[in-house]
Amino acid sequence: MTQLIWIIPLLPVIGFVITLLLGGKNGRFISRFATVVMGVCMLLSFYAVYLVFTRGELSIEKVWYVTGNFKITMGLLADGLSAMMLLVVTVVSFLVHLYSIGYMQGDSRYWLFFVELQLFSASMLGLVLAHNYLQMFICWELVGLCSYLLIGFWYEKKTASDAAKKAFLVTGVGDVAMLIGLLILFTVTGTLTYTSVFGIAEAGGISHNVITAITVLLFCGAIGKSAQFPLHVWLPDAMEGPTPVSALIHAATMVAAGVYLVGRSFPLFSHSEQTLMVVAIIGIVTAVLAASIAIVQTDIKRVLAYSTISQLGYMIFALGIGAFVAGMFHLMTHAFFKALLFLGSGSVIHAAHTQDIREMGGLASKMKTTTWTFIVGALSLSGFPLLAGFWSKDEILGFAFSTGRYVIFAVGAFTAFLTAFYMFRLIFVVFFGKMSKASEHAHESPKVMTIPLIILAVLAIIAGYWGAPFLAEKYHIGEFISGHTHVEHVEFDFIPMIISVIVGLLGILLAYLMYGRKVIPTDWFYRFVKSYYKVLVNKYYIDELGSRAIVRPAIRFANGVNTFDKRIIDGLVNLFGKVTVSVSKAVHLFDLGVVDGIVNWTGKETFNSGERLRLLQTGNISGYAIVMFAVLAVYIIYLIIRTMF
Amino acid sequence: MQLQVGIDLKLIHFLIVSGVLFCIGIYGVLSRRHLVQILMSVELILNSVLINLIAFSSFITPDDITGQMFAVFVIVVAAAEVGVGLAIILSVYRQKKSVDIDNINILKW
Repeated sequence: MTQLIWIIPLLPVIGFVITLLLGGKNGRFISRFATVVMGVCMLLSFYAVYLVFTRGELSIEKVWYVTGNFKITMGLLADGLSAMMLLVVTVVSFLVHLYSIGYMQGDSRYWLFFVELQLFSASMLGLVLAHNYLQMFICWELVGLCSYLLIGFWYEKKTASDAAKKAFLVTGVGDVAMLIGLLILFTVTGTLTYTSVFGIAEAGGISHNVITAITVLLFCGAIGKSAQFPLHVWLPDAMEGPTPVSALIHAATMVAAGVYLVGRSFPLFSHSEQTLMVVAIIGIVTAVLAASIAIVQTDIKRVLAYSTISQLGYMIFALGIGAFVAGMFHLMTHAFFKALLFLGSGSVIHAAHTQDIREMGGLASKMKTTTWTFIVGALSLSGFPLLAGFWSKDEILGFAFSTGRYVIFAVGAFTAFLTAFYMFRLIFVVFFGKMSKASEHAHESPKVMTIPLIILAVLAIIAGYWGAPFLAEKYHIGEFISGHTHVEHVEFDFIPMIISVIVGLLGILLAYLMYGRKVIPTDWFYRFVKSYYKVLVNKYYIDELGSRAIVRPAIRFANGVNTFDKRIIDGLVNLFGKVTVSVSKAVHLFDLGVVDGIVNWTGKETFNSGERLRLLQTGNISGYAIVMFAVLAVYIIYLIIRTMF
Repeated sequence: MQLQVGIDLKLIHFLIVSGVLFCIGIYGVLSRRHLVQILMSVELILNSVLINLIAFSSFITPDDITGQMFAVFVIVVAAAEVGVGLAIILSVYRQKKSVDIDNINILKW
C-alpha cells in the first residue's frame, strides 16, 4: 500500500499536464476535471491518513544518482506530520477548486486558473510528502513560483503584477538563506534525508554552533514563506490575486509551509536553545504586530491577510517555545477556518464588487449562508469555546503558561484579544449595520461556492476535537504527528484557558460596542493616540523602511551600475568596435593595394607581353620559312660538329 | 650499282645530287614571291627526298624495292598535295587578286 503515496502527488501532476494540453477553449471541462482530480486526490489521502494511523509511517525511497561518496536519494515519506499536512492540503485544495468553479466563472483565463491550481497542488503535495530537504526545497520553490503566477493572475493590473514580483523577491530573500543553510547541512552531514540528518544530530554529529547556524538559516526560509516579521510585507500585497488563491496559498497551505519546515526540522531546532529563542521572538513579534495592523485596515482581504500573518506568528512562536504539537495543531485548525474566512470574503466581494469594508454593510440579510459561515470562522479564529481555534490556541497559550513563559503568554493573550476585536469589527461592519449602496444589489453566491463554505465551517467547528485535551491519547493529534520527535508534554491547565476565553470575548464585546451598538465612538482610539494610529495605518512603516533602506539604495546602486555599464563597459566595447573598424579599413587598403595589385599586375603584364609577342606574327611566309630553315640548319650544324668531335 | 654509261656511280653521288636539289628547293621557297613558284620549289625538295630514299634503298638493300615503292607512294601523295595546294592558291587569288606572298598576310597581327 506504500505505492499509494506516490499516486497522491502524481494525480495533480497528471491533471496539470492534461489541463495544460487541453488549453483555452475547454474552460468548463477543465474546471470540472481539475476539481475531480483533486477530489480523488483527497479521498486517496484520507485513505493514506487511515493507513498511517493504523500502521505507522509509509515511505518509499529511490537512489537518484551516485557519484563517489555523493549520493542523492529521492523519496516520499508519509508519517503523522506529513499525513496531517496531506489532509489539510488536499481538503482545502479540493474545496478551493470547487469554489473557484463559481468564483472564477466568466474570467477570460478561466482554464489557466485551474491549470495553475493543479500545479500548485502537485508542488504542495510534493513539499509535504518529501522525505529529504532537497526535494522539499525544489517543491518549496515550485510553490513559490505558483504563488507568483497566481498572485499575478490578473497581470493586466499593475498592482497585481507588482504584488507578484514583490512576493517572489521577498520570499526569495528567505529562500537564499535557506539554501545556504541546506548546503551547510549537506556539507556537515553528507545527507539531506530527514531521518539521517536527525539521526546524526541526535548522535551529536554536528557541533552546537553549526546547528544554530543551520537552523537560523532554515528559519530564514520559513520567515520568507510564512511571512514573518520583517519579511511579512509581501503577504498583504499578495491579496491582489484572486480570492480562492488567497484562501489556498496565502492562508491555508503555502504560507504554512514555513511553519511545516520548522515543525519538520524540529528535531534539529530543539538542539539549539538560541535558535528556538529567535524563533519564539520573531513569532511573537509578528503575531502582535500584524494583529495590531489588522485593526485599522479597511480592505477586507488585507484584514484577513494580517490576521494570517498574526496567526502564523502564533504557530511560529509556539514552535519556538517547544510547543510542537500545539503549533502544528494550530496550523491545521487555522488552515480550515482561515480558508473559510477567505472564501467567505470572496463570496462577499463577489456580491458587493468592492473590497473596502467602509462601502459594505448589512450584507447579513442578503447572504445568509456566507454570513453564518463567516461568523463561525471568525469565532473559531477568536478562540470561542468549543470551536476549532479555541482548542489549538488554548493549547499554545496553555503551553506558554505552564512552562512559565508569562511574557509570551501575556503578549499571546493580548494578540488573541486583538484578533477577536478585528474579526468582529469586520463582521459588524460588513454584515450588520446600515445597508450600504454596494450591498443593495448583493445576492447570495451560487451553491458551488457556498457548499465549500459550509464544509469548511463544519471543519472549523470539529477539527479542534482531534487535539482536545480530553481525547484519549491514542487518538490524539499529538500522538499522531509527533512520531519520533521528542515532544514536551504539559498538564492541562484551566487558568490560561479561562484567560484566553475571556480576552477573546472581551475583544468581541469591544467590537460589538464600537461597531455593532456604536456605544463607543469608532474614532476614540484615533482621538486618544493619534500618532500611534498613524503608525498603525502605515503598517509600522515597514514597507517604507524596506523601500528606503533596501529598494531605493538598490535602485540607486543599479543606476550607478547602469552608468558604469554605459560609460565604461559600453565604452570598451565601442572602442573595440572602432579599433576593429580602423584595422579592417587598413586591411581593406592593403587588400586593394597589394593583393589586388599583384593580381591585376599579373593580368596586365600577361596582356602586355602578349601585345609585344604578337608582333612576332608578321604574316610573312618567307620570314617564317627562313626562321624554320635557319633553326634546322643550326641544329644540323650542331649535330655535325658533335659527331666530328 | 652499275649503270650503262660506264660511270661508276657511288651512293655519295646520289646524295650530292639530292643535297643540291634540296638546297635549290629551299632557296626557291625562301626567295620566290610567287606562290606557284614556291609550290614548285617544295616539289623540288620533295624530289630530293625521293632521290635519297631510292638511293639508300638501292645501295643498302638492293634485293628489296621498299624504297622504290615508298617513292611511288610519295609521288602519288605529292600529286594530291599539289592539287590541294593549287586549289588553295586559286581561291586565294580570287580573294586577293594576287598570288604574291607579300600581299597574303591575313594572319599578321
